[in-house]
Amino acid sequence: MIMSEAEIPLLSLILFTPLVGVAILLFVNKHSEDTIRWIANAFAMLGFLVSVPLWFIYDTQNPGWQLVERHAWIPSIGAEYFLGIDGFSALLVLLTTMMGVIATLSSWTAITMRVKEFYVFLLTLQAGMIGAFVSLDFLLFFLFWEVMLVPMYFLIGIWGSDNRLYSAIKFFLYTLVGSVVMLLGILAVYFYSYQVTGVYTFDITQFHELNMPFDLQWWVFLAFFLGFAVKVPMFPFHTWLPDAHTDAPTAGSVILAAVLLKMGTYGFIRFSLPILPEATQHFVPMVVTLSIIGIVYGALVAMAQRDWKRLIAYSSVSHMGMVTLGLFALTPVGITGSIVQQLNHGISTGALFLLVGIVYERRHTREISEYGGLSKVMPVYAAVFLIMTMSSIGLPTLNGFIGEVLILQGIFVVNKVWAAFAATGIVLGAAYMLRLYQQTMFGEVTNPKNETLSDLSLREFCTFAPLLFLAVWIGLYPKPFLDRLETSVDHVMVRVNGDYTPRLAVLEDGQVAVDGDIRLDPLPGPVGGGAP
Amino acid sequence: MPAGFTAADFYYILPEIVLTAGALVVLLVDLLFKDRDDLTLTATLGTLLVTGVVLFSFVGVDTTASRGLLAIDGFATLFKFIFLFAAAVTVLMSSSYLKVEGVPAGEYYFLIVCATLGMMFMASGVDLITLFIGLETMAVSFYILVGFLKPNQRSNEASVKYYLLGAFSTGILLYGMSLLYAVSGSTNLGEIAAAVGAEGSSGLVILAVILVTAGMAFKIAAVPFHMWAPDVYEGAPTPITAFLSVGSKAAAFAMLLRVFVEGLPTVVADWQVFFWWLAVLTMTVGNVAAITQSNIKRMLAYSSIAHSGYVLIGVVAGTSRGWTAAMVYLVVYAFMQLGAFAVVTALRRRDVVGDELKDLSGLYSQSPLAAVAMLVFMLSLGGIPPTAGFMGKIWIFGAAIDQGFVSLAIIGVVNSAISLFYYIRVVVFMWIKDEVVGSEITIGPAMATVLCVTLVGSIVFGIYPQPIFEQALAAASTLGPAASVAALP
Repeated sequence: MIMSEAEIPLLSLILFTPLVGVAILLFVNKHSEDTIRWIANAFAMLGFLVSVPLWFIYDTQNPGWQLVERHAWIPSIGAEYFLGIDGFSALLVLLTTMMGVIATLSSWTAITMRVKEFYVFLLTLQAGMIGAFVSLDFLLFFLFWEVMLVPMYFLIGIWGSDNRLYSAIKFFLYTLVGSVVMLLGILAVYFYSYQVTGVYTFDITQFHELNMPFDLQWWVFLAFFLGFAVKVPMFPFHTWLPDAHTDAPTAGSVILAAVLLKMGTYGFIRFSLPILPEATQHFVPMVVTLSIIGIVYGALVAMAQRDWKRLIAYSSVSHMGMVTLGLFALTPVGITGSIVQQLNHGISTGALFLLVGIVYERRHTREISEYGGLSKVMPVYAAVFLIMTMSSIGLPTLNGFIGEVLILQGIFVVNKVWAAFAATGIVLGAAYMLRLYQQTMFGEVTNPKNETLSDLSLREFCTFAPLLFLAVWIGLYPKPFLDRLETSVDHVMVRVNGDYTPRLAVLEDGQVAVDGDIRLDPLPGPVGGGAP
Repeated sequence: MPAGFTAADFYYILPEIVLTAGALVVLLVDLLFKDRDDLTLTATLGTLLVTGVVLFSFVGVDTTASRGLLAIDGFATLFKFIFLFAAAVTVLMSSSYLKVEGVPAGEYYFLIVCATLGMMFMASGVDLITLFIGLETMAVSFYILVGFLKPNQRSNEASVKYYLLGAFSTGILLYGMSLLYAVSGSTNLGEIAAAVGAEGSSGLVILAVILVTAGMAFKIAAVPFHMWAPDVYEGAPTPITAFLSVGSKAAAFAMLLRVFVEGLPTVVADWQVFFWWLAVLTMTVGNVAAITQSNIKRMLAYSSIAHSGYVLIGVVAGTSRGWTAAMVYLVVYAFMQLGAFAVVTALRRRDVVGDELKDLSGLYSQSPLAAVAMLVFMLSLGGIPPTAGFMGKIWIFGAAIDQGFVSLAIIGVVNSAISLFYYIRVVVFMWIKDEVVGSEITIGPAMATVLCVTLVGSIVFGIYPQPIFEQALAAASTLGPAASVAALP
C-alpha cells in the first residue's frame, strides 16, 4: 500500500485541537460559566474548521493512505504514532467534528451544573473519537478507543436523567468487556505478524497484507467481533444502548448515536474484513442472522415504546442492523451503501436525539403521550422533525434513501431472502416513525402544558441547519461522497474477494494504474498485479 | 577485613551499607533530639535519597559479589529502585498521618528503612541463605510496623495475625529450601540448578517446588495463601499498607523470579502448572471478593491480591518476555497502588477514619487534586488507557498470548473487566455523590508531592512507557545463570 506523507500534520492538528481546548478550560474559573461555554464552542468550531480541508485535500484518484504522519512512539514493542486516512475515515472524521460542534452548541442551556467538567469531558471524548478514526497503528487505535469510555461514562453518570448510574456503568462494562477481548485479538495478530516478518509492529497497513491461517483468523475474528458488535451494537449485545441513550444528556445521546456507534462498523471495515478475510466469509451467516434479528427485533421493540428517546434508541438498533447487513453482503455496492448509511444514521438519528432533547429541556418528560399537536405551537420544530423523520425512514430525495437503496442492491445480488428481511425493517421503520410523528405533532394540543412551548431559538436552529443541508445534499447528489469511498471499498473488497479487481490498482513500482472499464468486465485478471 | 572477603565485596554492597548506616542515624536522631519528628523524617528521606544516588553507579553492572551470595545485576538494581521509591513515598505520606494518629515517628521510620534493606537483599540474593535473611529482615520489620498503632485493636490484631501466619509460611518455605539443599548439597542457586537438572523432576524436587511455591505465595498474597491480606491491610497504618502491598510484594516477586528462573529452570514445566493455577485463582478470587467490599483498604487489599495474579501470568509465561512483563507491571503498579493508598491516607482526619467508601463522597468538591488523582489511579489499576496500568497489562497479556497461554490471557482480561466494576464504584462516590463527610481535607506539601509524583507517573508512563520498557527489558536479560565473580571495576 502506498502512502502519501502529509506536508503539514493536518491530522494531528485535528486530533489535538479539542485537547488544547481542554487544557485551556482547565485554567478557567469554574464559576464563569459563560466564558467556559464560549471557549468550548470556539474550540469545537475550530476543530471542525481545521478538519474541513480533509474534504478538499483528499485525492480520490490515490488509492493509498493519505496525510500520513509517522513517528516512533514505543520502539520497544514496535508501536508508532502513525496516522493516516482513506476516504472512509476522512468522512467519519468530518462527521465527528461536525457533530462535535452541534453537540457542544446544543448544550448551552441544557447543562447548568458542573459546566466546566461537562465541556472538558465532551472535548476529550471528541479527541478520542477522532484519534480512533485516524490511527493506523493498532495500539494507538486501541488507546483512543478506550479513551472514549471514561468521558462518556461521566457524561451519562453525572448529567444524565433518573437511572443514570445504572446506565452509565452498564455502558462502561459492556464496551469494556468487548474491548479487552478485542485487545487479545490484537495481540494475537501482533505476534503472528512477528512470526512471519520478524519485526514487532502494530502497523495496520502491514496487518492488511498478512495471510493468517484460518484457525487463527477464526479466533481473532470472534475476539474482534465481540469488541465491535458491542459498540455497533448488534443483537444480542445491544441491551446497553437503550439505557445509555435514554439516560444520557442530549449531547451525549447525539455523540453516542452519531459517532460512537460508528466505531463498531468502522472496526469491521478497517480491521475484521481486511485482516481476516477468510474468517469473515466463514462468519457471514452468523453476522447476517444477527443483523436481520437486530433489524426486525429493533423495529418491533421500537413500535412498543412509550418513551420518545427509547424509541429512537431502538430504531438505532434496527438501522445499525441494516448497516452491518449491507457490510457483510461483501459486495462493493453493499459496503458502499453500508458506509453511506453510517453517515446517514449519524445525521438523522443525531438530529432526532437533538429534537427529543429540545422538548425534554422545555417539558422534562419523554413520555410520548405527554405530547400531541406540537406542530401548532412549534411549527419550525415540526418541520425539522418531519424532514428528519423522512430522512430516517428513507424517503427519496433525502439521504436515507440513497443508503438503503445501495444496501438493498448490494444484498439482493447475494441473497434475496436477506433483502426481503431488510425491506421489512424499512417498512416497520416507517410505521413507528410516522406513528411517533403523528402522536406528537398532529392533532389538537391536548395537554395544556404544551400550549406555551416556544419554538426553536436561533441557536437551536443552527444545530439543525448543517444536518438538514447534508440530508438533502446526500439525497440529491451523493456522488462526491461515493467517489471518496471508492478506493476504501476497493481496498476491502480486494482482501475479502480474491477475484475482485479494483479500478485503481497500485503497481509493483508504486505507480497507480487506472482502468475505468474493468469494473464492467469481471473476467480479466488484475491489472498490473492488483494491490500488493 | 574478614578472611576470604575482598574490597570488591564491600564495594558492591555499598547501597546496602549506606542504607544500614542511615537506619542507625535515624535511630540516633530519635534518641538524641527533642521535637524530632521533622528531623527523623529528613534523616530517613536523606538516607533513601543517598542510597538511590549510590545505586545509580551500579546501573549496567552485571556480576556476583560476596563469594557468590549476591548478584549485582540489572534485575536487582531495577527492583532496588522500586523499593527505594516505594519507601520514600511511604515516608512522605506518613508524616501527617502519624501526627493525626499520635504515633512517635522515630522507630517507625527506622523500621521502614530496615524493611527496605531486607527487600534489597531479596532482590540481589542468589543464595538461599541470603534470600532467607533478606526475607526475614523485611518480614520482622513489617510485623512490628503493622501493629504500630498500639491503642488500635484492629492494628494489634493485624500484627498478631500477620506474625503467626508469616511464621508458619516461613516454616514451609524453609522446609522447601532444605529439600533443595538435600537434592543439591548447596544453597547456591546456580549449583541447585545444576543438581536439579541432573536429578530431573523427581518426587523430592516436586515436593520442594511445591513447598517453596507455597511459602512465597504467602508473601505475594496469592490465593489460597491470601487470607491474611485483607485483615492485615485493613488494620495496618495506611502508609504501611501501601508499603506492604507494593514494596513487600515486589520484593517477594523478585525473590520468586530469582529462585525459579535461576534455581529451578530445568523443571520449568512443573512449576508453570502450579503458577498457572495460582494465577487464575488469585486473579479471580481477588477480583470477585473485592466487589463486595465497602471498606476501601479491604477493597484495595483484594485488588492487590488480584494484581499479584496478573504478575503471576508473567511468571507462568516462562520466557524473558514474561519476566519483562512482570517487572513492567510491578513498576507501574508501584505508582498507581501507592497513589491510591496516598489518597486513602489523606482522607484520615481527626474526625474521620477515612477508610470506608462513603468517606470518599464528594471528594471532588473538597479536593479536586485528590479526586482527579484517585480517578487516574483507579483507571490505571483497571488497565484503561492512557494510563500506566494499561501498558503493564499489554505486556502481561502479550507474554501469555506469545507463549500460547490463550485461556490464561482470556481469564486475565475478563478479570480486568470485572475489576473495573469496583474501581468505578470508587469513582462514583468521589465524582457523582455530593454529601460530604467530616471536616475539610487538608493536603500538606508532602502529601501533595506524593500525589503529584504518582499521578504524573501513572499518566506519563501510560502515554510514553518507553523508558520503563527499556529498563525492564535490559533487567530481564540479566536474569539467568549467574555471572562470574568480579573484581573491582
